[in-house]
Amino acid sequence: MPAAPRATMPGATMEKSQSVLAPVRAIFRAVVVTVVPDAKQLDESGWRALEALVEDALAIRPPALHRQLQLFLRVIEWLPVVRYGRKFTALGDEQRSRILLYLQDHPVERIRCGFWGLRTLALLGYYGRPEAAYAIGYRPDARGWEAMRR
Amino acid sequence: MKRCSYDIVIIGSGAGGGTVAQELSSLCRDSVRVAVLEKGPKLRDEEFTGREVEMATALYEDGGGFLTAEQTMTLAFGSAYGGSTVVYTGTSLLPPQRVLERWNVPGLSFADVEQRARKYVAENNVHLLEESLLNENNRLFVAGCRQLGYRVQQFPVNLKGCRGSSLCNLGCPNQAKQGTNRLQLPRAEQNGVEVVTRCEVQRIENKKVFARVSDKAEGSKGEASSWEAGDYEIDATAVVVCGGAVNSPALLLRSGFGRSLPRLGRGFTCHPAFIMVAEHDRPITNAVGHPKSFYLDQFAESDHFLLETCMYFPFTTAKAMVGFGGEHSRLMRAFPRLQMILVLACDEVNEHNRVTIGGDGRPVVHYRFTREAIHGLVRGAITSAKISFAAGAVRAHVPVSHSPTIERADAGRLDLIAQNPDFKPGKLSISSAHLQGGCAMGTGPTDSVTDSYGRVHGVPWLYVADSSLFPNSLEINPYLTIMALADRVAETVRKDARALL
Repeated sequence: MPAAPRATMPGATMEKSQSVLAPVRAIFRAVVVTVVPDAKQLDESGWRALEALVEDALAIRPPALHRQLQLFLRVIEWLPVVRYGRKFTALGDEQRSRILLYLQDHPVERIRCGFWGLRTLALLGYYGRPEAAYAIGYRPDARGWEAMRR
Repeated sequence: MKRCSYDIVIIGSGAGGGTVAQELSSLCRDSVRVAVLEKGPKLRDEEFTGREVEMATALYEDGGGFLTAEQTMTLAFGSAYGGSTVVYTGTSLLPPQRVLERWNVPGLSFADVEQRARKYVAENNVHLLEESLLNENNRLFVAGCRQLGYRVQQFPVNLKGCRGSSLCNLGCPNQAKQGTNRLQLPRAEQNGVEVVTRCEVQRIENKKVFARVSDKAEGSKGEASSWEAGDYEIDATAVVVCGGAVNSPALLLRSGFGRSLPRLGRGFTCHPAFIMVAEHDRPITNAVGHPKSFYLDQFAESDHFLLETCMYFPFTTAKAMVGFGGEHSRLMRAFPRLQMILVLACDEVNEHNRVTIGGDGRPVVHYRFTREAIHGLVRGAITSAKISFAAGAVRAHVPVSHSPTIERADAGRLDLIAQNPDFKPGKLSISSAHLQGGCAMGTGPTDSVTDSYGRVHGVPWLYVADSSLFPNSLEINPYLTIMALADRVAETVRKDARALL
């Protein structure tokens, strides 16, 4: 059985000033653990690897999209105040899920698309890490059948 | 600005550009200078690691996540030496006669396209995989189809020495897939064609090609370009555009050809698709073996969908499933027990669906799902779930259902989904890898962009040779048809060369 591969962190050296997530990091992490509850088990290096993948994916997108993402996360943070009297980061798991479900099924297509994009980034960061792929039992091998039958 | 000149410049190196390069390379013997300009990099064999994000970033435009203007679909197309032939699964189907006859392009006969496609069947080692190399993900699809009385068929594939890594869509780590990066481009280079990577063409003007060559970014994959980084003005006696159904129309629009060609960018189709995932009660072989060995096309005409076996990677799979949270994670943890089926809609040309350019000159793809496409995706998802249950799955994830997880005991309610599907663009993860149209063949500028030989109307030195030539959806995987049409365009360039060069 091959050892679990280590994640590469191409975005790890990114300066803080270039980071899209830095100003909204706490909200982003709260969204990630709602989308993928297993992310609660991540340690700080796991989070850094997750966020590096997201930052790399965002780096090839236009600055306008970076601003939209930050704005969307801030809306998510404040949206529950109307309903629950607390910000998203202060909510429990079930209430957070309700907020995200509301966005996922929103009647306005643009809002659904915004949530889809955010959800995609969360999934990219979590499942894009080789450790996560290994943990769910995904273990491809370039040697294919030969490796499996060995 | 650096200057150089060639007799023939080919833009793009995928199924179209690679074929044209090979077919024109014999002209090099007569001192004709031919160059292929490829936007993407050329990777070394050892750089194909099979890691999902790493390889998608290296080989696909926008990492495989090129978004439509509506942001309701992503398009996956290659950007590398060999174009999309590096990242597809090698499935090689002959063009369907009924579709080519429906295209009704004057001067384009089914017999001619089929004959040319067969040439590439032989050249690319297209064959059926032997039974011992078929994994359970594929076998279960076959078993389910047969149980239901469906006419399942095996994909011919262009492989040589396949070891079953299952990593086709991330570039074969064993170089078994016979794409243009393995066959046509190396042959063309041997014959004297120059292939320039990391070279993005910005516009074409009156027999001049303006391009920019980029440096290899630190830490990125691939070889450096053979040309020094910088801007180039390239004189060309003939230009063959092979950038694919997104980049070819966009390049011609940037170059101002839209003024005389009102159909430029129109007629875009793409077989929008999503994945139906089903869970079995035991591990199956899914991440080993060729991922796409069978298909079902018997519903293409009646219900506008195709089904294909598939096996994707963790992030792609997670993205493809709707929803989030505990149930989503539970299904992901069942990865070794997952069966996957790709549902593709056979979309028709629609006036809204087209390629334009943004203010920065980049391609913008406008796409709305037609009623037929939605019908196809819904019926395809239901049929896929039935196939999986017939093959023994314990539950299925049907993305168009209000409650996506359907237990085997509830399989009887699958048909009810069609009465009230949960098809919300922006909620579903829909993607496409069969991009077609935008420079359609036809009779003149009012109905098309090129003639049936890929000559751009009114511009005798300019040709198109890729899937953008398709006047409507092909309704099957387009690779061999692109090569057949590119072969035809190359023959035309050779004939025209006497007058042009």
